[in-house]
Amino acid sequence: MAGKVTIIVHSGDMDKVYSAFIVANGALAMGMEASLFFTFWGLQRLKKGELGKGPLSKMNMLGLGKWMVKRRMKKAGAASLERLLQDFHELGGKILACDMTMQIMGIKKEDLRDDLISDYCAVGTYIDEAKDSTITLFI
Amino acid sequence: MAEIKVDCTGETCPVPLVETRKALRKAKEGDIVEVIGTHPASKKEIPMAVKALGLELIDVQEEGGMWKIKIRK
Repeated sequence: MAGKVTIIVHSGDMDKVYSAFIVANGALAMGMEASLFFTFWGLQRLKKGELGKGPLSKMNMLGLGKWMVKRRMKKAGAASLERLLQDFHELGGKILACDMTMQIMGIKKEDLRDDLISDYCAVGTYIDEAKDSTITLFI
Repeated sequence: MAEIKVDCTGETCPVPLVETRKALRKAKEGDIVEVIGTHPASKKEIPMAVKALGLELIDVQEEGGMWKIKIRK
């Protein structure tokens, strides 16, 4: 099975970033290519030390809900976001960073985990990736 | 030909699938990769990945909630 998955990671919410990485890693594991295009709130998660810092998309309750969900995830043996990111990288996944978001939000390359980012780009690159993809998602 | 063992006991989605893929990438042609684990969906999904990758599924066994999958690269 060839094919490719391209995902726009617009949300920076912890649970949604999890979904993006789980889908992408599943695709890579099954022999597909995978590209993640981080934009807006999603791009915040690529700042150094910020990967798991997003709130829960629902019932965050000032972090109490997130704390409870994280505890339950740990009990269930769920992998950390950092591990999912490292696996994604090891299996050849591509991370793209939206340069307009960087401009708007005043994010510099040195603020981001530059070693993991394949390209700083815009919508043209997303379309170029997505047009050859069999699966594309907006998270 | 080497036999590579991957232990995913207690791990959940997507780790068993990803660890299987990592081991298969490192394996040489003809090597056997044996994965053990407890995550129920992975018992069905690892064989799906093996098929998608065009590799040979040698054996799938389960005993007491623990499964063992053998793959030839």
